[in-house]
Amino acid sequence: MRDVTKTIEAVWRIESTRLIAAIARVTRDIGIAEELSQDAFVTALELWPEEGIPENPGAWLMKAAKRRAIDWLRRGRMLVQKHEEIARELEWQQQQLGDALEQSLDQVIDDDVLRLMFTACHPVLAVEGRIALTLRLLGGLTTAEIARAWLVPEKTMGQRIFRAKKKLSEANIPFETPSGDELRRRVESVLLVVYLIFNEGYAATSGEEWMRAALSDEALRLGRMLAQLLPDQSEVHALLALMELQASRTAARRGKEGEAVLLPHQDRSRWDYMQIRRGMSALEQAQELGGGEKPYALQAAIAACHMRARTAEETDWGRIVLLYDALLQLTPSPIVALNRAVAVGMVHGPAAGLDALDAAAALAGNSARAGYHLFPSVRGDLLMKLGRLSEAREEIQRAIAMTRNLRERELLENRLKQLEIPDNKNFPGGL
Amino acid sequence: MPHYLISGHLPDNFDPSTITEAMVSDIHALNAEMDAAGIRLFAGGLEPAGMAKTLRVQADGEVIVTDGPYLEAREHVGGLTVIEAADMEEALAWARKAVASSRMPAEVRGIFYVPRPGLEA
Repeated sequence: MRDVTKTIEAVWRIESTRLIAAIARVTRDIGIAEELSQDAFVTALELWPEEGIPENPGAWLMKAAKRRAIDWLRRGRMLVQKHEEIARELEWQQQQLGDALEQSLDQVIDDDVLRLMFTACHPVLAVEGRIALTLRLLGGLTTAEIARAWLVPEKTMGQRIFRAKKKLSEANIPFETPSGDELRRRVESVLLVVYLIFNEGYAATSGEEWMRAALSDEALRLGRMLAQLLPDQSEVHALLALMELQASRTAARRGKEGEAVLLPHQDRSRWDYMQIRRGMSALEQAQELGGGEKPYALQAAIAACHMRARTAEETDWGRIVLLYDALLQLTPSPIVALNRAVAVGMVHGPAAGLDALDAAAALAGNSARAGYHLFPSVRGDLLMKLGRLSEAREEIQRAIAMTRNLRERELLENRLKQLEIPDNKNFPGGL
Repeated sequence: MPHYLISGHLPDNFDPSTITEAMVSDIHALNAEMDAAGIRLFAGGLEPAGMAKTLRVQADGEVIVTDGPYLEAREHVGGLTVIEAADMEEALAWARKAVASSRMPAEVRGIFYVPRPGLEA
């Protein structure tokens, strides 16, 4: 009995996106499409343990959702009969309905999935709403799971998802794939959402560990899906490359006690070389499409520089500085400038690194700098390399006071301990 | 994410002329769906088992190569797909679709070790 439930849940996980996408083609409202699909899933939970799992579970769910969609349209039609225009529209819709739904049963519906993605990531929604909807509709995650990943109560997340769906419905957002200039803008929005999901999983700012791993996996899956659905968009491949390359280091980022291990100290034999190869080929594809100078491609190229080095010492920091220079031109963000300062320090020495860091800090302004522990942390490293130990200590202490992440704090405290030993000038620094 | 092998089995006397257009288009559709879902790592069909070569190490370390499959059987692996899935349950859900599209019985096994060779340029 329990096994059947698990099977149904697994079927739902792999089928729900296409199901919702196909039904949304007819309802034109992704919130309604999700509810109707969910109803079909609940029916499966009731029937399959009794009657057995159907031969083609995906088709069964599609058929059940289709019946509900037809009912929904009929109901809607009766409710709005007074609004003639809408009624006519619905009549037309209903005519299309049978055909469209029949087709969606045996047709490859990648276009629908793409439309679903564009709609869930529509710029009319706040970014957090886009993220929640994407995970719900394209990731097949439950509201409880999404809430756990973002450390908010389930009720709050439920409201967030509800509001996002309502907003899409009220704003009359068409269920379609944009074209031309609009496509470029909308692809940006989709990629941003996917990358934020990935980073929430990867950067580990909050939430349960396994749930975070699930987020990174989900973002990767969405990235691969997009690369398949939008093969001409170079930044789609570039973002996928960036995520694959970063994720390939996952196993090496934790030491035996679960402590964080930074890039220069990682055991490179623990990197996932199959994943690295996938990342490299996605990056090549982005470059072949002529997008090598775009933001995600530059970031992926920087990651690739790290992955190509067999030891930390072999890292081509010179090339990394050049890539950061290019990236800084496109996106003059303090974080990019900060990372560039680390690279400059590696190529031209800690004094030059400090100069670059000052420039980064100026870019950030006081308010942003005050909230970001990496500034004092990097400054502490550079000062340490210059032998200015008491200043270094102050900076590391400041960084400790600013970080909210337990693992990072441990790392900084260790560094501080190293600094207590007066003649240790060789402690390796950097990100 | 864990990797799983889905291998489909074919009788050795399988007659390729029994492959229908519907079957081919179903298999293509599933491949496309797996790619769109971002879960397919590798897929391929195998030459008939009769064309296999088998290697056996003798007691003295010599390796003997013989024609034919390692095991005498009436059925052999005919095709395989390697996918990424969250767990066995999810891999099975995909395998169900594979069985439906290929009309072949299939076996699913978790791949617990993936070698990590260095990056060759």
